[in-house]
Amino acid sequence: MTQTSRTLVTMPATAKKGEVIDIRIIVQHDMESGFRHTELGELIPRDIIREFVCTYNGEEIFRADLHPAIAANPMIMFSTIATESGTLEFNWKGDNDYASSTSGKITVT
Amino acid sequence: MTIVGASTLYPWLGAQATEAEATQAIKQIVGASKIRSGRVTLDIPPLVENGNSVVLKVSVQSPMTLDDHVRAIHIVAEGNPLPNIVSFHMNHRAARAVVTTRVRLSDSQRVWAIAQMNDGSYWQGFAATLVTLAACTE
Repeated sequence: MTQTSRTLVTMPATAKKGEVIDIRIIVQHDMESGFRHTELGELIPRDIIREFVCTYNGEEIFRADLHPAIAANPMIMFSTIATESGTLEFNWKGDNDYASSTSGKITVT
Repeated sequence: MTIVGASTLYPWLGAQATEAEATQAIKQIVGASKIRSGRVTLDIPPLVENGNSVVLKVSVQSPMTLDDHVRAIHIVAEGNPLPNIVSFHMNHRAARAVVTTRVRLSDSQRVWAIAQMNDGSYWQGFAATLVTLAACTE
Protein backbone atom coordinates (compact mmCIF):
# COMPACT_ATOMS: atom_id res chain seq x y z
CA MET A 1 0.00 0.00 0.00
CA THR A 2 1.13 3.50 -0.63
CA GLN A 3 1.85 5.19 2.66
CA THR A 4 1.40 8.64 1.21
CA SER A 5 -2.31 9.14 1.35
CA ARG A 6 -3.02 11.90 -1.07
CA THR A 7 -6.60 13.02 -1.23
CA LEU A 8 -8.24 15.30 -3.72
CA VAL A 9 -11.46 17.17 -3.02
CA THR A 10 -13.40 19.06 -5.65
CA MET A 11 -16.09 21.32 -4.25
CA PRO A 12 -17.09 24.95 -4.71
CA ALA A 13 -15.46 27.52 -2.40
CA THR A 14 -18.56 29.70 -2.36
CA ALA A 15 -22.26 28.99 -2.68
CA LYS A 16 -25.62 30.64 -2.17
CA LYS A 17 -27.62 29.52 0.86
CA GLY A 18 -29.80 26.58 -0.09
CA GLU A 19 -27.83 25.80 -3.23
CA VAL A 20 -27.05 22.16 -3.99
CA ILE A 21 -23.30 21.64 -4.23
CA ASP A 22 -21.50 18.66 -5.74
CA ILE A 23 -18.57 17.15 -3.94
CA ARG A 24 -16.07 14.82 -5.56
CA ILE A 25 -13.42 13.14 -3.48
CA ILE A 26 -10.59 10.86 -4.54
CA VAL A 27 -8.13 9.21 -2.18
CA GLN A 28 -4.93 7.51 -3.21
CA HIS A 29 -5.12 3.89 -2.05
CA ASP A 30 -4.39 0.52 -3.67
CA MET A 31 -7.54 -1.14 -2.29
CA GLU A 32 -5.79 -4.53 -2.22
CA SER A 33 -8.77 -6.85 -2.56
CA GLY A 34 -7.46 -9.89 -0.69
CA PHE A 35 -8.19 -12.09 -3.70
CA ARG A 36 -4.90 -11.68 -5.51
CA HIS A 37 -1.91 -14.00 -5.26
CA THR A 38 1.81 -13.42 -5.59
CA GLU A 39 3.81 -15.26 -8.24
CA LEU A 40 4.57 -17.88 -5.58
CA GLY A 41 0.89 -18.47 -5.02
CA GLU A 42 0.65 -16.76 -1.68
CA LEU A 43 -2.49 -14.82 -1.01
CA ILE A 44 -1.93 -11.08 -0.70
CA PRO A 45 -3.81 -10.01 2.42
CA ARG A 46 -6.67 -7.60 2.13
CA ASP A 47 -5.80 -3.95 2.67
CA ILE A 48 -8.66 -1.64 1.85
CA ILE A 49 -10.40 1.48 3.05
CA ARG A 50 -13.50 0.42 4.96
CA GLU A 51 -15.26 3.65 5.77
CA PHE A 52 -15.70 7.15 4.48
CA VAL A 53 -17.44 9.85 6.49
CA CYS A 54 -18.17 13.44 5.51
CA THR A 55 -19.14 15.99 8.14
CA TYR A 56 -20.40 19.54 7.59
CA ASN A 57 -19.50 21.74 10.56
CA GLY A 58 -19.26 18.62 12.69
CA GLU A 59 -22.56 17.08 11.61
CA GLU A 60 -22.42 13.89 9.56
CA ILE A 61 -24.02 14.34 6.14
CA PHE A 62 -22.73 11.36 4.19
CA ARG A 63 -21.13 8.01 4.96
CA ALA A 64 -20.03 5.04 2.88
CA ASP A 65 -19.07 1.47 3.79
CA LEU A 66 -16.50 0.25 1.29
CA HIS A 67 -15.84 -3.34 0.28
CA PRO A 68 -13.05 -4.90 -1.84
CA ALA A 69 -15.13 -4.29 -4.98
CA ILE A 70 -14.36 -0.58 -4.87
CA ALA A 71 -11.71 0.26 -7.46
CA ALA A 72 -8.22 1.41 -6.48
CA ASN A 73 -7.99 5.09 -5.61
CA PRO A 74 -11.60 5.30 -4.47
CA MET A 75 -13.68 8.10 -5.94
CA ILE A 76 -17.06 9.15 -4.60
CA MET A 77 -19.29 11.92 -5.92
CA PHE A 78 -22.23 13.10 -3.86
CA SER A 79 -24.10 16.29 -3.10
CA THR A 80 -25.27 18.39 -0.20
CA ILE A 81 -27.13 21.63 0.46
CA ALA A 82 -25.03 24.67 1.33
CA THR A 83 -26.54 25.61 4.67
CA GLU A 84 -23.92 27.80 6.32
CA SER A 85 -20.31 28.86 5.97
CA GLY A 86 -17.87 26.45 7.49
CA THR A 87 -15.79 23.37 6.98
CA LEU A 88 -16.49 20.04 5.38
CA GLU A 89 -14.35 17.26 6.73
CA PHE A 90 -13.63 14.05 4.88
CA ASN A 91 -12.36 11.08 6.87
CA TRP A 92 -11.26 7.69 5.60
CA LYS A 93 -10.57 4.65 7.75
CA GLY A 94 -9.32 1.26 6.70
CA ASP A 95 -7.40 -1.94 7.31
CA ASN A 96 -4.01 -1.83 9.05
CA ASP A 97 -5.02 1.28 10.96
CA TYR A 98 -5.27 3.32 7.81
CA ALA A 99 -6.68 6.76 8.45
CA SER A 100 -6.62 9.93 6.44
CA SER A 101 -8.48 13.13 6.64
CA THR A 102 -8.88 16.24 4.57
CA SER A 103 -11.13 19.25 4.70
CA GLY A 104 -12.55 21.98 2.53
CA LYS A 105 -13.86 25.41 3.41
CA ILE A 106 -17.04 26.87 2.02
CA THR A 107 -18.40 30.39 2.24
CA VAL A 108 -22.17 30.54 2.04
CA THR A 109 -23.83 33.83 1.19
CA MET B 1 -9.39 -21.35 -22.22
CA THR B 2 -11.96 -24.06 -22.06
CA ILE B 3 -14.70 -24.15 -19.51
CA VAL B 4 -13.43 -27.43 -18.07
CA GLY B 5 -9.92 -26.06 -17.62
CA ALA B 6 -11.08 -22.76 -16.27
CA SER B 7 -11.64 -23.82 -12.70
CA THR B 8 -8.34 -25.66 -12.47
CA LEU B 9 -6.30 -22.94 -14.13
CA TYR B 10 -8.17 -20.07 -12.54
CA PRO B 11 -9.43 -21.32 -9.18
CA TRP B 12 -10.95 -17.93 -8.28
CA LEU B 13 -13.47 -18.40 -11.06
CA GLY B 14 -15.14 -20.90 -8.77
CA ALA B 15 -15.21 -18.33 -5.99
CA GLN B 16 -17.75 -16.02 -7.61
CA ALA B 17 -20.74 -14.93 -5.64
CA THR B 18 -23.72 -16.55 -7.20
CA GLU B 19 -27.14 -15.11 -7.73
CA ALA B 20 -28.16 -16.95 -4.56
CA GLU B 21 -25.41 -15.28 -2.55
CA ALA B 22 -26.44 -11.90 -3.88
CA THR B 23 -30.02 -12.65 -2.88
CA GLN B 24 -28.75 -13.65 0.54
CA ALA B 25 -26.77 -10.41 0.84
CA ILE B 26 -29.85 -8.42 -0.11
CA LYS B 27 -31.86 -10.32 2.47
CA GLN B 28 -29.33 -9.37 5.14
CA ILE B 29 -29.77 -5.74 4.20
CA VAL B 30 -33.56 -5.62 4.15
CA GLY B 31 -34.34 -8.23 6.79
CA ALA B 32 -37.99 -9.19 6.80
CA SER B 33 -39.07 -6.12 4.84
CA LYS B 34 -40.49 -6.38 1.35
CA ILE B 35 -38.55 -4.88 -1.56
CA ARG B 36 -40.44 -3.15 -4.33
CA SER B 37 -39.05 -2.61 -7.79
CA GLY B 38 -38.66 0.91 -9.09
CA ARG B 39 -37.51 4.38 -8.05
CA VAL B 40 -33.88 3.22 -8.24
CA THR B 41 -31.81 3.74 -11.38
CA LEU B 42 -28.39 2.17 -11.69
CA ASP B 43 -26.12 3.40 -14.45
CA ILE B 44 -23.17 1.26 -15.48
CA PRO B 45 -21.83 0.94 -19.01
CA PRO B 46 -23.56 -1.98 -20.80
CA LEU B 47 -20.18 -3.08 -22.16
CA VAL B 48 -17.10 -2.82 -19.97
CA GLU B 49 -13.64 -3.35 -21.44
CA ASN B 50 -11.81 -3.35 -18.13
CA GLY B 51 -13.56 -4.49 -14.97
CA ASN B 52 -10.91 -2.95 -12.71
CA SER B 53 -12.56 0.43 -12.73
CA VAL B 54 -16.16 0.80 -13.79
CA VAL B 55 -18.02 4.04 -13.24
CA LEU B 56 -21.25 3.31 -11.39
CA LYS B 57 -23.92 5.92 -10.84
CA VAL B 58 -26.97 5.27 -8.72
CA SER B 59 -29.92 7.62 -8.46
CA VAL B 60 -33.11 7.28 -6.45
CA GLN B 61 -36.32 9.17 -7.12
CA SER B 62 -36.99 11.00 -3.90
CA PRO B 63 -37.91 14.57 -2.92
CA MET B 64 -35.16 14.37 -0.25
CA THR B 65 -37.11 16.35 2.32
CA LEU B 66 -36.98 15.83 6.06
CA ASP B 67 -40.17 13.77 5.86
CA ASP B 68 -39.36 11.80 2.78
CA HIS B 69 -35.77 10.95 1.97
CA VAL B 70 -33.37 8.15 1.18
CA ARG B 71 -31.55 6.79 4.19
CA ALA B 72 -29.21 4.34 2.50
CA ILE B 73 -28.29 2.88 -0.88
CA HIS B 74 -26.66 -0.55 -1.06
CA ILE B 75 -24.92 -1.91 -4.16
CA VAL B 76 -24.79 -5.71 -4.55
CA ALA B 77 -23.09 -7.73 -7.29
CA GLU B 78 -24.14 -11.15 -8.55
CA GLY B 79 -20.83 -12.17 -10.08
CA ASN B 80 -18.08 -10.79 -7.84
CA PRO B 81 -16.15 -12.87 -5.28
CA LEU B 82 -18.06 -10.96 -2.60
CA PRO B 83 -21.63 -9.80 -3.20
CA ASN B 84 -21.40 -6.49 -1.34
CA ILE B 85 -19.83 -3.62 -3.26
CA VAL B 86 -20.61 -0.51 -1.27
CA SER B 87 -23.24 1.06 0.97
CA PHE B 88 -23.99 4.79 1.09
CA HIS B 89 -25.71 6.40 4.06
CA MET B 90 -27.29 9.81 3.70
CA ASN B 91 -30.13 12.01 4.87
CA HIS B 92 -32.25 14.87 3.56
CA ARG B 93 -29.21 17.15 3.55
CA ALA B 94 -27.86 15.32 0.50
CA ALA B 95 -30.50 17.20 -1.56
CA ARG B 96 -30.20 14.66 -4.37
CA ALA B 97 -30.07 10.92 -3.93
CA VAL B 98 -27.41 10.53 -6.60
CA VAL B 99 -23.99 8.99 -5.95
CA THR B 100 -21.21 8.11 -8.37
CA THR B 101 -18.24 5.86 -7.66
CA ARG B 102 -15.84 3.45 -9.36
CA VAL B 103 -16.17 -0.28 -8.78
CA ARG B 104 -14.54 -3.58 -9.74
CA LEU B 105 -16.52 -6.17 -11.67
CA SER B 106 -15.02 -9.61 -12.07
CA ASP B 107 -17.50 -10.96 -14.60
CA SER B 108 -20.42 -10.14 -16.83
CA GLN B 109 -23.26 -9.84 -14.40
CA ARG B 110 -26.21 -8.02 -12.97
CA VAL B 111 -25.61 -5.39 -10.32
CA TRP B 112 -28.38 -4.47 -7.91
CA ALA B 113 -29.05 -1.26 -6.05
CA ILE B 114 -31.30 -1.30 -3.01
CA ALA B 115 -32.53 1.97 -1.54
CA GLN B 116 -33.80 2.27 2.00
CA MET B 117 -36.21 5.16 2.56
CA ASN B 118 -36.68 6.92 5.87
CA ASP B 119 -40.15 5.36 6.18
CA GLY B 120 -38.51 1.93 6.19
CA SER B 121 -39.53 0.88 2.70
CA TYR B 122 -37.04 -0.68 0.29
CA TRP B 123 -36.83 -0.18 -3.45
CA GLN B 124 -34.55 -1.87 -5.91
CA GLY B 125 -33.24 -1.58 -9.43
CA PHE B 126 -30.57 -3.39 -11.39
CA ALA B 127 -28.30 -3.03 -14.38
CA ALA B 128 -26.68 -5.75 -16.47
CA THR B 129 -23.24 -5.43 -17.95
CA LEU B 130 -20.87 -7.38 -20.15
CA VAL B 131 -17.28 -7.39 -18.91
CA THR B 132 -14.60 -8.32 -21.46
CA LEU B 133 -11.58 -8.05 -19.13
CA ALA B 134 -12.34 -9.05 -15.57
CA ALA B 135 -11.05 -7.18 -12.54
CA CYS B 136 -7.69 -8.71 -11.89
CA THR B 137 -7.75 -11.31 -9.17
CA GLU B 138 -4.60 -13.24 -10.10
